[in-house]
Formats: sequence, C-alpha cells, structure tokens
Amino acid sequence: MIKKRKRNRILPCMMLLISLAGFCFFYLIPFLLSFSYSVMDNPVSGKFCGMLNYKALFQNVYFLRGIKNTAWFMAVSIPLNVVLSLCAAIVVRKMKAHSNYFSLVFLIPLAIPSATSAFFWENFFGLHGTLNRFLWIFRVEDIDWLESSYGMAVMVIIFIWKNVGYNMALFISGLGSIPEEYYECADVEGAGRLWKFRNITYVYLTPITFLVLIMTFVNSFKVFKEIYIMTGEYPPDSLYVLQHYMNNMFLSLNYSKLVSATYILTIVIVLFVVCIFRAERKLSEDLHY
Amino acid sequence: MGVRQKGNKMKKVRAMKRKVLYVLLIVMAVVYMMPLIITFTNSFMGSSEVENNYSTGSLGADEYVDMDVVPKKATLSQYASLLFDSPVYLHMFWNSVKLVAPIVLGQILVSAPAAYAFTVLRFRGKEGLFFLYIIVMLLPLQVTLMPNYIVADWMGITDSCLAIILPGIFNPLGVFLLRQFMKSMPDAYIEAAMVDGAGHGRIFLWVVLPMVKHGIAAVAMLTLLDYWNLVDQAVIFIQDSEAQPLSVFLAKINSGELGIAFAGSCFYALPVLLVLLYGQEYLKNGIAITGLKG
Repeated sequence: MIKKRKRNRILPCMMLLISLAGFCFFYLIPFLLSFSYSVMDNPVSGKFCGMLNYKALFQNVYFLRGIKNTAWFMAVSIPLNVVLSLCAAIVVRKMKAHSNYFSLVFLIPLAIPSATSAFFWENFFGLHGTLNRFLWIFRVEDIDWLESSYGMAVMVIIFIWKNVGYNMALFISGLGSIPEEYYECADVEGAGRLWKFRNITYVYLTPITFLVLIMTFVNSFKVFKEIYIMTGEYPPDSLYVLQHYMNNMFLSLNYSKLVSATYILTIVIVLFVVCIFRAERKLSEDLHY
Repeated sequence: MGVRQKGNKMKKVRAMKRKVLYVLLIVMAVVYMMPLIITFTNSFMGSSEVENNYSTGSLGADEYVDMDVVPKKATLSQYASLLFDSPVYLHMFWNSVKLVAPIVLGQILVSAPAAYAFTVLRFRGKEGLFFLYIIVMLLPLQVTLMPNYIVADWMGITDSCLAIILPGIFNPLGVFLLRQFMKSMPDAYIEAAMVDGAGHGRIFLWVVLPMVKHGIAAVAMLTLLDYWNLVDQAVIFIQDSEAQPLSVFLAKINSGELGIAFAGSCFYALPVLLVLLYGQEYLKNGIAITGLKG
C-alpha cells in the first residue's frame, strides 16, 4: 500500500519539477545571485563594500521620491480600484440582459495597446489637450495636467480606467457564487439593504476580495508603461515612481544601485503579502466559526 | 386599495431608479470607450488631417488639439499605407504573434500541471514554496528584468526573443491562478477517481482539466493581454528593429508617423478585442472563488 502511494507521487512531482526548474533558473537563482551586485562598489571590478549602496540609496533624492510617490499611488489607487470595481460589478449585474455588453465595455481598456491609450491620455490631459478645451468654457486657466501637481491624480485615473474591468469580472464571479436563497431568506426576515450587504455580500466576497487585492497590486506596477510612454525617462517630479528609478539605473548600467533598490522593494512586498495572508486567515476563521 | 397604491408607487420608483442607473451606466460606458472610439474613427482620417489635428508644435495659448470624433473626409488611406505600401507593419505584427503565441502556450503547458501538483502533493515546505511563487509574481517588471538579463547572458541570448519567451513561459502567474481555481474544486472528485484506481495522469487529464478549462482560458487570456502589449522587454532584448513586435512601433508613434498611428492601433487591437468579445465569459467564470489559503 505504502509502496503504491510512493509510486503515485512520481508523476505529480515531475509536473511540479518542470515548473520549479524554470522558476528557479529564470527568476529565483539569478535574483539571489544578483545580491552580490548590491554589496559591491561597482559591477565590473567590484570590491566588497558592505551596506554602502543601501545607505547611499536612503540619501538619494530620486530613490526617495520614487518610494514616496509609489507608496502614495498605491495607497490611493488600490483601495479606490477595489471599491469602484465592486460598485461596477454590482451595478452591471443588475443590468441582467445587457450585463454582458456593459462588462465588455469595462474590459476594453485591457485590449487597447498601451501606446494608443498613452497617446489618447496625453492629448486629453496635455497643455493643448481636450480637457483644457472643455474647461476653457468655464474660463479655467490652461495647465499641463501631467506636469502639474495633479499629475498623481491623472496617473490614478489612468490606472483605474485600465484596471476596473478585470477586477469587476472577478467580483461578478464572486457575486454569482453567493446563493440567491440567502438574500431571499433575508428578504423574508425583512432585512434592509445595508444589512444584506454587510452580512451576506461582504462576508461571502471576502475570499475573492483578497484575490482582487493581490491582482490589483500586481497591476499597479504596470501603470508605469503608460506613464513612461507619455513622459519618458525623466517625468515631472510628481510622476516619478520607483520603476523610473530602477529603469534608469538599468539603462545606465548602474547595477549596484538597481539591485539594492530591488532588494528593498522585495522586502516591502514580502511584508505586504505576509500582512495580507494574516488578515485573510483571521477573516476566514471568523467566517467559519 | 391603499396598500395596492403604495405598491404601484414603489414599483414606479424602482423602475425610475433603474432607468436612471441605466442612463448613468451608458454615459460611463461612452466615457470608457472614448479612447477606442477616437482611435477607431480617426483611423479613417487622411494622414494630413491627423497631422493637422494633433501637432502641438505651432499651437499658441488657448489653441487646442482637435480630438475630432468624425473625420472631415473619411478615407481608407491609413489602412492602405499600413497594409500595402510597406511590408514592415505586417512583418512586425507577425513578430508579435511569434513572440506571444509560444508564451501563452508554454505558460499553460507548464502551469496547469504544476498547479495540479501543488493541489495533490503534500510535502513539507509546500506553502513556503508557493509563497515564493506569489512573491515573484508580485515583483514589478523592472525588478525581474535584471535576473532575466543575467540568465539571458548565461545562455547567450541577450539579443533574441527567446530572452522574453522563456521567462514568460515560467511566469508564476498561471500557477497561482490555476491553483486558486483547483482549490475551489471539491476534493471528492479526485478521491473518487483514486478509489476507482485512476493514476494522477488520468485524473489530471480527464477529471481536473475539464473542470478547470475556464480557468485555463482565463490564464491564457490574461497572459495574451499582458504580452501582446509588451514594450520594455522588447526594447532591451531585441536590438534588430526588423524583429520588433508592433507594440514597440506603436509606442514610438508620438515622435514619428502619426498619420498611420490610428490604423495601426486598430489593426493591432483587433485580435485581442475579438478574444475579449468571445472570451469574457471565461474571465468571469474562470476565476477562483476560494481564498488565497487552502
């Protein structure tokens, strides 16, 4: 019996090993090996210099600006995106017969080439852009929205525009999995709308909300592509995110700084994921008991 | 009678509310589609009209870009020059296909079995290993670019689309999403098949795969959408401009041939739009409804 179970494991182990081998070879091992760059003074004829690169980073204006803007951007855009996509999912589901058309509309930004949407937004928010043309009616002074202190807001808008659709799709599937009877029972008991949302919808959506959070986090780094196409390597201060810093370090072959920055970011991400997992474990325990 | 009247009134209010919601949603939809609408209609403008509308160089204060919805004179000239005047664009389109197809296919072939293994195997450190997958999945492109470059250097493929394809195939996203999906599948199915004497190979192929086919479609779509629009990796790993995917060319339109930019965008977006149109059901159903933890 035991022998049989052992033999049974061979195939799944092989299945895992293929993926694991690629994962280690293309991501994990080079990532760990690259650590050596971060403790050398230069990548070519490097001498060990300890934590000097890390120390220098925390005094680097650009790195600090990147960290600050990235943190702000995520703190605003991730929760906003989650809330808006939940609203969109609830409303779109109400449109029973037409819900497919509406959800397609929200998914369309995913299919538009980044360059195309960047071009559109640039001409919309630019100094001679359509937004200013519209505001001119109210005699509002022309400004370049990307260059102004509203730059961050523009970035959030573009991010939301692009990513509400996919999260909405996730929420629609989550809402669809809640048995209709729960709501009917609540109706019979005369429960109010808010009560139903808090005690049924919110509770049963908790697991998928975590998935949405993780996916939003992944996608929040990708808004860089549009910003980069619009404003290039040296954007206005308010748009300078961590990815700009890393990208510029990569292009200027400054691997020591690049790798130090990536290690710092990775630590932050690990902490974030640990928090998410803790929170989920706690909430799902509350759900079951 | 009073109750009935009240009921009617409520029905009316509800219908009214519904209409308002409908209108609001339609307005939102139009706003949402604006970039697509503009791109589509402007692709029928002649190239001189496009240059006229969008060149900002000569604009003074209180003069604006003309983001017109309707072309002054509709013409197919953009499409004609895109498709017939020079083979470059079609060639670049084909480059995109050659780059993305192996990634999507490989991603599925690698992640589906791995997700299955994560579901059925029990070993110490499994959750820790999966945690590593999640971390790498969350790292932004700018972080993984350096490891990718190091490996490409080892393999001597720094100037080749293989440097994009191979890491793309092993991107942990597929394993993550498919494992979430397999978790939501009742264990009883696998156990029953085992009791009947089926091995893992048969269980995977005949029990699990049919159940997660929507999830697989969803992962394929997400991978496609992501890599179809790739820009950064191609700029770094493909030096030969002839071998670039069309997405890179589109990213350069701002400085170059604005005249055919819109037709190029439509042309490039069409395949993914079709995939979305026919596959949005998979995106909605092919998603785990369970949480992160097993």
